[in-house]
Amino acid sequence: MSEPTPPPPSITVDGRTVTVTPGEPLIEAIARGGTYVPRFCYHPRMEPVGVCRMCLVEVDGPRGPSLQPSCFLKAADGMSVITDSEKVKKAQDGVLEFLLSNHPLDCPVCDKGGECPLQDQALAHGSGESRFIEEKRHFEKPVSIGAHVLLDRERCIQCSRCTRFAAEVAGEADITFSGRGDGIEVAPAPEHPFDSVFSGNTVQICPVGALTAKSYRFAARPWDLDQVESTCTGCSVGCRVAVQSSQNEVIRVLGVDSEPVNQSWLCDKGRYSLDGLRGTSLELDSPGRRLTHPLVRRHGRLEEVGWSEALAEAARLVNSVAPDEVGVIGGAALTNEGAYAFARLAREVIGTIHLDAQYADGVDAALVSALPPATIDDAVGARVLLTLSGDLRQSVPVLYLRLRAAARRGTLVQIQSGPDALTPLATHRISVRPGEIDAVVNGVLEGRGVAGTALSDADATLVRETLGDGSGVVVVVGRANVAEDSSLVEAALVRLHRAFPAARFLVALSRSNLRGAIDMGLCPSVGPGRARLDHRGRDFVEQVRAMNDGRQRTTIVLGDVMGNSLRPGETRRALSASAVICVTGHGGETLEYADVVLPATVSYERRGTVTNLEGRVSALVAKVTAPGSAWDDVTIASEWASALGVEFGWESVDAVSAEVESSTGYPALSVLDDVSYEGVVVDRVETLRARRARDPVATPGIRSAQTVGLGASVGAVDLETPGTLGEVSRPEIPTSGSPSLSVPAPDAYALRLVATKVLYDNGVTIRGSVALASQVEPATLRIHPLDLEHFALQDGQLVAARSSEGEVVIRVVGDDAVLRGTVVAPMHLTDEHGTDVVGTLLEPESAWTRVRVESR
Amino acid sequence: MAVLDAPRIVTQRRGIPDSHSLKVYLDTGGYDALKKALGMNPEEVAAEVDAASLLGRGGAGFPAGRKWAMLRRSPVSYLVVNSDESEPATFKDHYLIEHDPHQLVEGIIIAAYALQVTQAFVFVRGEFALGIERITQAVNDAYAHGALGSKIFGSDFSLDLVVHPGAGAYICGEETALIEALEGKRGFPRIKPPFFPAVTGLYGEPTVVNNVETMSNLPWIILNGGAAFAAYGVGRSAGTRLFALSGRVNNPGVYEVEMVKNTFRDLIYDPAFGGGITEGRNLRAFIPGGVSAPWFSPEQLDTPLGQDEVGALGSMLGSGSVVVMDDTTCVVRAAWRITKFFSRESCGQCTPCREGSGWIERVMYRLEHGGGRPEDLDLVLDLCDNISPGLSWPPAQTTICVLGPSIPSSVKSAITAFRGEFEAHVAHGGCPYV
Amino acid sequence: MSGFFRPDLRQRAEELVTLYPRRRSATLPLLHLVQEQDGYVSEAGIEAVADLTGTTPAEVRGTASFYDMFHLEPVGRYLVGVCTNVACLLSGGLEMLEHAEETLGCAPGGTSSDGVFSLEESECLADCNFAPCVQVNYRYVRTRTPSEFDAMVDDLRAGRRDQEIPPHGTHSRVKRHVTLRATKEEVAAERRRQSEARAAREAAKEETK
Ligand SMILES: Cc1cc2nc3c(=O)[nH]c(=O)nc-3n(C[C@H](O)[C@H](O)[C@H](O)COP(=O)(O)O)c2cc1C
Ligand code: SF4
Ligand code: FES
Repeated sequence: MSEPTPPPPSITVDGRTVTVTPGEPLIEAIARGGTYVPRFCYHPRMEPVGVCRMCLVEVDGPRGPSLQPSCFLKAADGMSVITDSEKVKKAQDGVLEFLLSNHPLDCPVCDKGGECPLQDQALAHGSGESRFIEEKRHFEKPVSIGAHVLLDRERCIQCSRCTRFAAEVAGEADITFSGRGDGIEVAPAPEHPFDSVFSGNTVQICPVGALTAKSYRFAARPWDLDQVESTCTGCSVGCRVAVQSSQNEVIRVLGVDSEPVNQSWLCDKGRYSLDGLRGTSLELDSPGRRLTHPLVRRHGRLEEVGWSEALAEAARLVNSVAPDEVGVIGGAALTNEGAYAFARLAREVIGTIHLDAQYADGVDAALVSALPPATIDDAVGARVLLTLSGDLRQSVPVLYLRLRAAARRGTLVQIQSGPDALTPLATHRISVRPGEIDAVVNGVLEGRGVAGTALSDADATLVRETLGDGSGVVVVVGRANVAEDSSLVEAALVRLHRAFPAARFLVALSRSNLRGAIDMGLCPSVGPGRARLDHRGRDFVEQVRAMNDGRQRTTIVLGDVMGNSLRPGETRRALSASAVICVTGHGGETLEYADVVLPATVSYERRGTVTNLEGRVSALVAKVTAPGSAWDDVTIASEWASALGVEFGWESVDAVSAEVESSTGYPALSVLDDVSYEGVVVDRVETLRARRARDPVATPGIRSAQTVGLGASVGAVDLETPGTLGEVSRPEIPTSGSPSLSVPAPDAYALRLVATKVLYDNGVTIRGSVALASQVEPATLRIHPLDLEHFALQDGQLVAARSSEGEVVIRVVGDDAVLRGTVVAPMHLTDEHGTDVVGTLLEPESAWTRVRVESR
Repeated sequence: MAVLDAPRIVTQRRGIPDSHSLKVYLDTGGYDALKKALGMNPEEVAAEVDAASLLGRGGAGFPAGRKWAMLRRSPVSYLVVNSDESEPATFKDHYLIEHDPHQLVEGIIIAAYALQVTQAFVFVRGEFALGIERITQAVNDAYAHGALGSKIFGSDFSLDLVVHPGAGAYICGEETALIEALEGKRGFPRIKPPFFPAVTGLYGEPTVVNNVETMSNLPWIILNGGAAFAAYGVGRSAGTRLFALSGRVNNPGVYEVEMVKNTFRDLIYDPAFGGGITEGRNLRAFIPGGVSAPWFSPEQLDTPLGQDEVGALGSMLGSGSVVVMDDTTCVVRAAWRITKFFSRESCGQCTPCREGSGWIERVMYRLEHGGGRPEDLDLVLDLCDNISPGLSWPPAQTTICVLGPSIPSSVKSAITAFRGEFEAHVAHGGCPYV
Repeated sequence: MSGFFRPDLRQRAEELVTLYPRRRSATLPLLHLVQEQDGYVSEAGIEAVADLTGTTPAEVRGTASFYDMFHLEPVGRYLVGVCTNVACLLSGGLEMLEHAEETLGCAPGGTSSDGVFSLEESECLADCNFAPCVQVNYRYVRTRTPSEFDAMVDDLRAGRRDQEIPPHGTHSRVKRHVTLRATKEEVAAERRRQSEARAAREAAKEETK
């Protein structure tokens, strides 16, 4: 006989029974029972602090019922809660009166008007009349506290959501309360504006109109906005967003509380680059230019033409050369459907195998798809998190936020060149200089130090012990240094995988839909659906070389090659030597070399799917229509094929999506967007998951806008789970030989270059946006102070930095976080003369780059 | 009443010149108790304190021995001594720290030994510049004397004691705010539970917080035994206590009085203590235990000075400060000034306390200075009720710390007992006394 | 940043940080030190403290602004505080404050025209037996009548009380002898020893039961 199962833990709320998970916030349990308790300071993604006192309810205790903050109290079995008594009502009304007594009556001109929890509470319960005759608090209205954020101190209710976000979630207490009592106000330090890459989240979670976004100021009213749920394509994290528009213009995006991905957060790059999507410039060579019509080069100038003429010219350029003389560069900005269409166009119609969506700045595509994959949640729940990456905060900001939360609780080991934003939370950190990564990883695995590196026997033993048998280890991979040959980090990864077959890998891919592009076959080493290829195609570097020596005469550029290439000089020469057909939504330097320009739709104008860095496929919803006659990628590819005499026969993106599903196993739009799933991870059998209800005032702006069409469940509860989806197969781990484990000898005259990603760089997204471009900081070289001394340099002085490839003139900054013997330079930023720093210095043929730095 | 027989425990060096110096301290038996304690084992020391029934002298009156016992189940990491004394009209710790800093230091070392703590802090109110200098000197001297630091008096016990200066914020007297300040942060009290810093105190580790006077009693208790201490006073209220007497009395000052054996009348009128009301006037009201406490009227004069005795009558002994108001006192003004204090000192976290204190103060200001409306009296009481529902005693708490619920005490006392005077203010368009 | 403090104070600043198990704990004493050097909590001082304590300037400023004794704007050489809280109120605190305003020629929160005196309305200064209580730079001056107050002001102006009352910002003139502390190792060893001893005692107790 089996024991009768005990009843699940429960509480009573106003006499009704609600089952609970002991320890969850009482306010959540009460909400599940169907009762909404008003709240302001509580935010489900942050530790409760119980300061606003709005959520008071009566809880029975040993000395009778007493008023308690339901956000802070933890639900426990047997608790008895009253939410509707006179006592509760009086307490809540009292708090509301206190909050309103100093609050200005400027709702009609407040950006939060119509989506303000305080306004809603006041309308529902406020008395309307003030019982006071004295003046309210007065402050200068609104003051700018950062690049994107305005502060109206009169409206602040001191809930501390913003300051807690900064300290607790972002880990940078760059805004705090100052003052005391009823004088407390939110403030950054005077000389340090609130320019965090996460600043927009504070605006999103402010429950009143105290923090507002400059870009949204007087831009719209919630009732003018309607919204869909979609995915941000700013980077490979793929944050879920509510896209809100009015009159065919995207006005605002807000982070959707997607449990496995962004948990409601966004970075400012994704949030505030909307102006660039709309277009901020008319110049063709500016990333701020939106392309509206096809262009064909005539008499040296790009002229507007009709689509048929442009496609005919594109077909002619392809037909006029042999298939092997055609190559395709880029494609990580496409949807999966677009990537699939272009892969078919290139491989089947044109007949070339030379495709590469990366720019020699990533990890080998075959390896990316072969390593046992980890999801973000896997990484967050890992027993040991091992990072072999650059600064994730700069490259994949929201992944950084998720991992930060994990590192605060668990074990983090870093084996990488410099310290990054996660380092303060690291349990162990092993510094590696360019050229050493494989040797150091080998040393760690063998549990002994490596001469000539920072890895001592003691450290190696410690880290080896921490890693144990590799179970529960998740490795976060990236190119920490693009100036180091990728084969070194690739060898280290293979080594780790061999030693720890149970370890999983999360590749912090450098571009938004790179994972999708690779899986669709836009890469030289794996075909569509991760199929094995008999012949490897030319990668980006080889294509550039082939263009320069006349072996590749027509090149299809999907996106912005000049904004991404790490060898700008060589690339410029190559583009001049080849016919170039550009498919892109934006202007930029690349167009100077284009013979045909095919204007494509961009974010929030496209329907389709994308795959994030963990292999999660989610739906993109077209919210606005593209300007002019820009087409989506699928249409461009299929019409181009048609001009080449091949009909794909697709009638809609959905048809392509279905074909992608049948040919690659990828989930299609039909499953993805009907009920707005959190997406489906292709590397495992997934139970389709319903989204959990989240606090409606956690992101007030989502509840108030009208939701339309697909993704009708923005931020809210979903239907039950309708089924499971299978796993997409993975290729074998490439077995190509490992490079030697030799450690480069130190060099007294030169420093080894560490080229790192910065979020605000000269890429299309940043340069195309007025607000973001103003946040780009001048490039500097960072060098250890002792090395500065060694080379007789002054902190802050202008220097000439020289490699065998070229010279830049730039300021040096002493930074004791930089490893001795190395120099850190930001990618895609320019020196004093406007030349790309890393692009100029990088020695493409070397395993790492040596830089000499001298006074001028 | 045999008030003059009051034993001198923490004020035993009163009147001795240079009582703050190590020399005088040693000449008067200083550090003997510590030596004795080091010869006992820690549990025995704690047992003596438990036997003494030493109620905390910081305001809440929790037995020190019990607090320690509760905490000693898991190893305690830190001992923090609360010398932030900022409760209006409380100045007993000020006396102790300036006049007998070594007694405090010795008490701290004894407590640290009993708790087996090797790191202690004494958080001294920033405005006590002289007090900070005196205790810093005492700490330096104690180290030199071998009473602090490594291997105290040749024993195996080592202790580091750091004097931490405050910087002017009443709320830092609240033990969790004090810990925040000691961690280098804004003095925001921490939300409870946990109710004691015991569990997550300084740096998240178990921490004991005790008041200066509580600590200062320890050397005597160890030398004379807990039972000897408990023989003074009655019941739970054992030993002696310092009372800070101020306001309209002839001899304001700090007095050590045996608990329960004496009454407020003794304290205020006996020539050895207050010596009666200034200029022979009549008593109007008095505050029995700091401005957080509800006021007493002359009818309660014969209440014994005991924790439970005062509690039974709806107020508290609190920090041991007694403020005397005579018939020249404007109670509206006094209550307004107390509200202003709370409004200035609210840390600002909780809405009811932050906003409520300010609005009550503004309305009270209006009543005292002109512009008061008849409905303001009920308005103020209702605002008080919104901070502490029911306006009962002990106050219902809907805020993070008890500063909030303390705001209504004086306002409610004044309006209840002197409503006519408030009405006179309204009718007169301000204070009729000026 | 590290160049902010003058040499003697810099040494003290560095010692202060080592006094605590976590360096952020040194924030308040370090801010006092900033005031000792600059007379108020200057921008540069905030940066220096953030640097020494491993926090952000916003956090240091946020912390400093919580406490009344930290002045984010310059104040006079002498900061005069007059208590008007209830005990002093009953003994003429408000009248003393008014008198101070007249003598110094500035309102509470202000500074005299010669920049020497700043005036504050204080909360209870815990010296209620000398009400109304007056402090200058947090030293009790115990001037209880207007004429005593004025004489004190004259003395200060004439430099006759320099010994007793240092300029605003200098907090404790007695310095902790840092080297006297128990070393970390000793403390750790002691803790270990104590907990073992305690465990042994408990075990013995169990046995006798
Ligand atoms: C607003 C507030 C202010 C306080 N101020 C002081 C104080 O100045 N000194 C003090 O010792 N305790 C003060 N306390 C009490 C402390 O929180 C704590 O209970 C006490 O220091 C414990 O010491 P004890 O057990 O020895 O009394 C205050 C409490 C509150 C709520
Ligand atoms: S009750 Fe007042 S002082 Fe206490 S925590 Fe709340 S706001 Fe701060
Ligand atoms: S106190 Fe619970 S929501 Fe603010």
